[in-house]
Amino acid sequence: MEQLTTIGLNHYLTISAFLLGFGLFAVMTRKNAIVVLMGVELILNAANINFLAFSKYNGGMEGVMFALFVIVIAAAEAAIALAIVINIYKIFKSVDVSSIDSLKE
Amino acid sequence: MFELPSGAEIQSIIASLQASVGFFIPEIYLSLLFMLLIVIDLVAKGRKNNLLAITTLVGLAGSFFFIYQQHALPAGEFFFGMYVLDEFALFFKYFFVLSGMLAVVITMADEQFDSEVKSIGEYYALIVAMVIGMIMMACSSDLLMIFLSMELVSFTAYILTGYFKRNARSSEAALKYLVYGAVSSGLMVYGFSLIYGLTAQTNLIKISAELATHGYDPLVMIFSTLLVLAGFGYKIGAVPFHFWSPDVYEGAPTPITAYLSVASKAAGFALLMRFYYIAVPHDGHAYEDILGIDWLSLLILLSVASMIYGNVVALWQKNVKRLLAYSSIAHAGYLLLGIIVMDELGTQATLFYLLSYFLMNFGAFYVVILIANKTGSENLDDYRGLGKSMPLAGAALTVFLISLVGLPPTLGFIGKLMIFSALLAKGSLYMWLALIGIMTSVISLYYYMLIPLNMYLRESRHHEEKQLSPGMPAQIFMAVLMILTIYFGLFFAPLSDFAKYSSAMFGLTLH
Repeated sequence: MEQLTTIGLNHYLTISAFLLGFGLFAVMTRKNAIVVLMGVELILNAANINFLAFSKYNGGMEGVMFALFVIVIAAAEAAIALAIVINIYKIFKSVDVSSIDSLKE
Repeated sequence: MFELPSGAEIQSIIASLQASVGFFIPEIYLSLLFMLLIVIDLVAKGRKNNLLAITTLVGLAGSFFFIYQQHALPAGEFFFGMYVLDEFALFFKYFFVLSGMLAVVITMADEQFDSEVKSIGEYYALIVAMVIGMIMMACSSDLLMIFLSMELVSFTAYILTGYFKRNARSSEAALKYLVYGAVSSGLMVYGFSLIYGLTAQTNLIKISAELATHGYDPLVMIFSTLLVLAGFGYKIGAVPFHFWSPDVYEGAPTPITAYLSVASKAAGFALLMRFYYIAVPHDGHAYEDILGIDWLSLLILLSVASMIYGNVVALWQKNVKRLLAYSSIAHAGYLLLGIIVMDELGTQATLFYLLSYFLMNFGAFYVVILIANKTGSENLDDYRGLGKSMPLAGAALTVFLISLVGLPPTLGFIGKLMIFSALLAKGSLYMWLALIGIMTSVISLYYYMLIPLNMYLRESRHHEEKQLSPGMPAQIFMAVLMILTIYFGLFFAPLSDFAKYSSAMFGLTLH
């Protein structure tokens, strides 16, 4: 019972593993490009939780630093991704990843 | 929980930073060039002037001076273990600056840019940004730096791939590149977080020491290695992380295709070698309790799959850019063979192969652009009869393709020879890998030779034998690349010596 009531490292790791799973599920099953990118955000945030939890229980500052940079990179990635997706929408009138396949032989 | 540093500590941090800047001059110079290019683009509007291209070329050439000066500096880590300078890093600095220059030259020759975009804009600045990112990839010795530099390269590559934004194929390529890239870099960061959890370190050398002294859980280690491999495998375009590459290579502007297939791949290999040689334990018996799998067997799997898949699927391709994309997957397999050897000879062979791949692949794409300028097509069928109407282009393309197959007397032959002999020098253990390499090279002969077959032996459909000349500068440049491919195939000692000199990696505890 004590395992469940006191929050320890394992709780964080479990949540992050679930987030990774959800993210991968979204990436693999969803057709909408925006939702796929949301899945990627989930994966990145799963890594962030890992970094922060390990940093808290290892006592080092590197994990916090890493998580900050991952957040910044995720923001930059969202900016570029949305620009590309908007451009795709202008051309194909759709953001459905599976319907955009002019590049098949 | 965390105390503020005292005044003396801050002073020592500042002093350390100041000392580190001296090791960082080429990167600072290239960053200034990047900003200068943006300013020039803002001031001098207009598509037609080649001012930007010339500035980029001269600027990139100028960085050789600063890189050359770094030979005098001692190998070591700086910026608190974030960044490293050694012969291995210097090799890749030269490599990336040169490939940036070639990308600019090829872009100047490509007439598709005249019709697709109104203004060239930040294009050249982004190429320089990508050079900076790739240099940082080759020099980073910290998980954080690896991640940041990889993302810098990826982001610029996404934009460059979709640079023809009114072109459906280019935009689609950018979307696919983005989706696969984002997922694989996300997985890679998750792998990094697990490694950080195992070791509480982000510096590669410290990770290696920590794993060696305190041990690790093999299951977590193999899982995190696999996740990290997803990120690196995506950059080098190896099976099964290759799904993006045929579409991206076909849809992207051709100079960017050439640039990605050579430089971005080489950057991935630089990272792969540094990460696996330095950080991850490699005594061979570490993982034996988990199905006998370690990262080396993963790489062997990747390599064999890439060689077979790339070469076999290329047989059915009708588009030359797509064909070269599959061939680049196969070449990733050959390059991985050199890494699997895991000794100085193997590193030397990999670096040499990268040099040869650089020359022949850029050459092949250059000719493809020149032909597309005249015929407006990259389809294999439209290459019929080109041997007569564009004699020099035909001859040059044939030489590059022979080199890509790996036949003498070209550079590609020496590259493959070095990889295979490094494998065989390890004893009979890797004999079968070398055999697969040779067999798949034989398969590749078929599809590479389809192109000269169409050019020389099949008649053009149009029945008009007019000469198509790509212009004097292009002819000369093409001839130079062709002669270099043959020249270095015969007198390869300087290149192989340079590769041997460059195989020294800082913090390598391999031997």
